[in-house]
Amino acid sequence: MQEGSLEQAHVHAPPQGFIRKYIFSLDHKVIGKQYYALALVAVFTGMILSWLMRIHMVWPEAKLPFLEWFSKNGAPGGIITPEYYLSLLTMHGTLMVFFVLTNAPFAAFGNYFLPIQIGAEDMAFPRFNMMSFWTTFLAWVVLMLAFVIPDGPPIAGWTAYAPLSAVGRDAGPGMQWGASLWGLSIAIFCVGSLLGALNFIATTLDLRAKGMTLMRMPLSSWAWFITSCIALLAFAVLLPACILLILDRHAGTSFYIPAGLVISDRLQPHSGGSPLLWQHLFWFFGHPEVYIAILPSMGIVSHILVNSMRKPLLSARVVIYSMMSIGFLSYMVWGHHMFLSGMNPMSALAFSFPTLTITIPATVLTLMWLGSLYGAKIQINSASLFALGFISMFVSGGVSGFFLAQPSIDIYLHATYFVVGHFHMVMGVASLFGVFAGTYFWFPKMTGRMMNESLGKLHFWLTFVGTYCIFMPFHYLGLIGNVRRYQSFVDDFMAPYLGWHKFMTIAALITGASQFIFLFNLIYSRFKGKPAPENPWNATSLEWSIPSPPPWNNFGAKHPIVYHDPYQYGVKGSKGDFVMQDSPEQVVSASGD
Amino acid sequence: MTGKHVVCSVVGMLALSAVAVAGPNPAGGTVSGKVTYEGTPAKMKPIDMSKEPTCAKMYTTPPLAETVITGSGNSLENVVVYISAGAPDDAAPSTAAVFTQKGCRYIPHLLAFQVNQELKIQNEDQTSHNIHPLPKLNREWNKSQPPGTPPISEKYDKAEIFPVKCNVHPWMHGTFAVLKNSHYAVTGDGGSFTLPNLPPGKYTITAWHESYGDQSQEITITGSESKTVNFVFKAKPY
Amino acid sequence: MGKLLAIVLVLIAVLSAYPIVSHMFVLPQDISTHGHAIDEQISETMVEAGISFIGAQLVLAFFVWSFSGRKDDRPLKNFPGGARALVIAAFLLVGTEILALGVMGQKAWASVYFTPAKPDDIQVQAQAEQFAFYFRYPGPDGKFGGIHPEKIDEGNQNYFGLDPANDVEARDDIVSGELVVPVDREVHLLMHAKDVGHSFYVRELRIQQDFMPGLDLSVHFTATKLGKYEIVCTQLCGLGHYNMKAYLNVVSQPDFDKWLKDQAGQ
Repeated sequence: MQEGSLEQAHVHAPPQGFIRKYIFSLDHKVIGKQYYALALVAVFTGMILSWLMRIHMVWPEAKLPFLEWFSKNGAPGGIITPEYYLSLLTMHGTLMVFFVLTNAPFAAFGNYFLPIQIGAEDMAFPRFNMMSFWTTFLAWVVLMLAFVIPDGPPIAGWTAYAPLSAVGRDAGPGMQWGASLWGLSIAIFCVGSLLGALNFIATTLDLRAKGMTLMRMPLSSWAWFITSCIALLAFAVLLPACILLILDRHAGTSFYIPAGLVISDRLQPHSGGSPLLWQHLFWFFGHPEVYIAILPSMGIVSHILVNSMRKPLLSARVVIYSMMSIGFLSYMVWGHHMFLSGMNPMSALAFSFPTLTITIPATVLTLMWLGSLYGAKIQINSASLFALGFISMFVSGGVSGFFLAQPSIDIYLHATYFVVGHFHMVMGVASLFGVFAGTYFWFPKMTGRMMNESLGKLHFWLTFVGTYCIFMPFHYLGLIGNVRRYQSFVDDFMAPYLGWHKFMTIAALITGASQFIFLFNLIYSRFKGKPAPENPWNATSLEWSIPSPPPWNNFGAKHPIVYHDPYQYGVKGSKGDFVMQDSPEQVVSASGD
Repeated sequence: MTGKHVVCSVVGMLALSAVAVAGPNPAGGTVSGKVTYEGTPAKMKPIDMSKEPTCAKMYTTPPLAETVITGSGNSLENVVVYISAGAPDDAAPSTAAVFTQKGCRYIPHLLAFQVNQELKIQNEDQTSHNIHPLPKLNREWNKSQPPGTPPISEKYDKAEIFPVKCNVHPWMHGTFAVLKNSHYAVTGDGGSFTLPNLPPGKYTITAWHESYGDQSQEITITGSESKTVNFVFKAKPY
Repeated sequence: MGKLLAIVLVLIAVLSAYPIVSHMFVLPQDISTHGHAIDEQISETMVEAGISFIGAQLVLAFFVWSFSGRKDDRPLKNFPGGARALVIAAFLLVGTEILALGVMGQKAWASVYFTPAKPDDIQVQAQAEQFAFYFRYPGPDGKFGGIHPEKIDEGNQNYFGLDPANDVEARDDIVSGELVVPVDREVHLLMHAKDVGHSFYVRELRIQQDFMPGLDLSVHFTATKLGKYEIVCTQLCGLGHYNMKAYLNVVSQPDFDKWLKDQAGQ
């Protein structure tokens, strides 16, 4: 493909004034930081919600007075009610999947670094970019409003299955305005994400600098590009799904509601709809969404690993094609969430095959990472620790997928803690490790200061060991048939396993507390960190060829010209064992030929 | 003193003592009676509480459903008898009407109380209940009450008789009768009721049963007489 | 610190595998006729997943140990065979695994879903509602009475909305909060959702199936061991989801007949 078919002299004028510089900024770097800040608020909120859930689950009679102040209906006498537990669960999932895992690795880092890594001054559509952040922010505000309304947040889970989510207030507490706010928030979020995805695609295809062919893009940029292609189609399906849901709830339609339902002693005035339709639409979005959550982290980790190893990957091309295959296959597997939903059982076999097949590119990626480590010179720092930890986590989270991909096994493991362990390990941990790695790696570029290495390493060890302690036992509990989404276990069956639940809760509290080390490091280093040089990691990609932090138009007055592929490491360069992408010098291999 | 004076003072003292006995208001009439049924009522089935072992184990034999409770002489229990017209509204008393969840049942099965009177709901079981009254005129709400949480305090500002159920335990059903004045009674075992202290006037007295509907009769009180009003409901086998 | 990471990775691999290998967590006993196929599938997958998991963590540990913290000038090496060997290995290993698991797995699936019900099976209708399961037996006439949502009267325990006053077939229907079945006889469970989505899960039976409002779904199973087992709801259905359960009571055939007679008498 032709590189750089559009040469933009100036995408927008230099920002003037506080509002234009920091609030309604058109600068992709500011927008990236805004997304990051939003994700930070969301992840700490989501984490605290999970603490409340786990504390209640193992100590159901525990009185939490501050919670009663926050929600008198939700925690009378400080004891969380069954419906409030489900509200916490719903908001935890919604915040984490949408506002953390779609925002941080994709929107935050992608916005900041995609233009720079491809040598552009800014995104293709800076105004769309600004709108996409503020739309996402509005979605977050609408969602958080559910906490302050008297009836409380919705209780249908982040998956919001119909008819529970579609019939309105009869379905239970939180299902009147809380659920409507949820539907509205997600619909707005879709709009923001669609704008963002469009921007990423246009920017990648049109704004690459001279010499930056597609195959010369760093792997992180490839990951953002592939993710934005997935996101464009996925969110385009979730948006109408949410609109139909809102119509069912408020306009008397029956897209998702069949006839004859009696809820709260009332015959529901709907007929002709199908709850399966919601599941199809939701999971047609939902499965690609989880790859939207992991692919950018795969790209970020690949990018950082290469730098830490001082050696290119065995084949960047294979990594790119594997990521593309994962993106493509992600659209064929949504029915594996619906094996037991009442669909024709033949469809289970049809969906199972591509689900198992996705293991192939995932394994190729893992083998590329592992194989490239062979014979390398691995530099250990906070960023590379999290990148290596990602590999471990991705494998751990991925192998449980072998079980769930088979419908006969899913008969037993569906809706148990096995599933919860699986998706937390791949999304909640592995994907987040990519974000942590990216933060430690790119913080110097974004702020001009270094993060504290000792705190970073401490953060890594506590988090790495801690998340294994939390989420490994989820799989064991799933194997014995521990059902999910229960606010507490009131029956005899679970009594022998409550000790494990207590262990997981304590691990969660400790691991969660460790994240404050990271937060402290972020804030402290922002103001008091050691000044960072332009290229503290001796890295090759274009972001390391500009000052830390970069000027408003990234490359100053000049437009970079790219001479090499992004991972010239282990060579004899003028600055060391690497050659930067925009350096005109010839690449001489380390052995001299 | 003459005999006339003696009679007057005795009558006067009797009147005064009648007032003292009856309270500050002038003693009024009393309406009492019995509520019975004719026909064959449905047989009450034992409640299947197997899904909630913490409650099921509280009973040696499962309790019967309470929608139709009959007694000797074809009497009907849990009928609320009240003055539906002719009496002025009364201010709510300061004591609360108490509704208890115990053994996964509502005690009492039908709770009668007044508009704006405090309704206090308590949970004496080891399991969480979710109390869901279903009014049409009043504000609908439902609240969970886990064990160990304080009593729920609510009130209703419109007169209405409506069902209340537990969302978590489908067999738990009861009735709230929110009434405008203090002249009401709920029949117990034997089906009898008494409405005392009715000032002179023309009244409509209504009896309401959750399965058999309601009936009304008109009575007139002129002084402090006692009147008898009986209600007979038609029972249904299903 | 690379060496420390390697050691921790090995510890994690060993400690994670230990509860599985030492059988600390075993599947509940299998009381069904089709469950052994599922259990076999789980065991085989566990072996393959276990090898992949432990293998990957150990290789990662070994490489991090060997190739980090190097202060020397040894030349960089490439993995023998390079990318091509690894891609071929991935395709071969995973490809055969997929075929093995997929082909064998479909047999277990087929035994649950593509095997027709036996002619002398017992018909029971299950209704899932917020937040309990109720089961209906057709009674001596062998027919289920019609369901009339407007006739539902839970205070009177008429959960299904039967109309025995007008519907003769409903008069002998038996409604129970417990699913009582005779041992070693196939049960055909018709599944009806009254309000929202629910799911029927009995771990020991290796059965799980969603109730889909608007759809007539069913499962069939044969229980092979006497006893009382939990039926739990596994589809988030509202605030009482955590307490939505019933008991499966597997009894002998004579006990089952006696129970039906007792229920009919009430």
